[in-house]
Amino acid sequence: MKNEMEIIFDAISDNEGFARVAVSAFVAGADPTLEELADIKTAVSEAVTNSIIHGYENLYGYGGAKGQPAERSRINPGKVRVRCLLDGDMLHIQVTDNGRGIENLEQAMEPLFTTRPELERSGMGFAFMEAFMDDLEVESEPGKGTTVRMKKKIGVGDWIAGGD
Amino acid sequence: MEQITTEDFQVIDNCLMIRLPEEVDHHRAGFICENADRMLCRENVCNVVFDFENTRFMDSSGIGIIMGRHRKISCFGGRVYVIHADKQIRRILTISGLERIVEVLES
Repeated sequence: MKNEMEIIFDAISDNEGFARVAVSAFVAGADPTLEELADIKTAVSEAVTNSIIHGYENLYGYGGAKGQPAERSRINPGKVRVRCLLDGDMLHIQVTDNGRGIENLEQAMEPLFTTRPELERSGMGFAFMEAFMDDLEVESEPGKGTTVRMKKKIGVGDWIAGGD
Repeated sequence: MEQITTEDFQVIDNCLMIRLPEEVDHHRAGFICENADRMLCRENVCNVVFDFENTRFMDSSGIGIIMGRHRKISCFGGRVYVIHADKQIRRILTISGLERIVEVLES
């Protein structure tokens, strides 16, 4: 069976949770194990967060607004597009933004590398997507945007669905 | 969903205890880092304990929170502890290599 969905939302951190929940609700019909569901949520969260803070450089909602530098209260307009396709037991996820793009993709994908050390994120975003999904492809053009494609086979994980 | 508030940060003896929210992602990370650092400067704190009892989700932003706090207190001999971590949180700690720098306590 094939099933497809697409959501488009503003590139603000409030929507990170929404994106995760929407994707996991969509996948739920394919009977994933709890572990797979958790993996998918983490991978989606990483990709969407990257689009928001690196693609569109939106730090709005990140931390307290009071006395924060101006960049934390400004919202750059932009949308993140998440497309999911379930083809039998194979899940395809595509996360696209039209933000600033990635200049050095090879460097960006190195674990612990980050262009924004002051945010104290771990630099593990792509490493997590790679670890939690079966396949990861990143396409990016500086000034145009970035597309992340991930694949994962559903229903083959370790934990039995519904149990812990 | 329950939001994290300053009440979730408590100093007990020389430990800063942080009760993490249900979902630890980039959206909530800023508040957690700011509050933790404010208390690390102000109070006489040596160790930091992250309590994952209510936490069902964490992404790499959570790893950043723990790594950052570890960096700040380890130079004074402080340690970072993790308590009440479920299976998924433990997996993330393992994959990120964080298990080597923080102590995950069995509860």
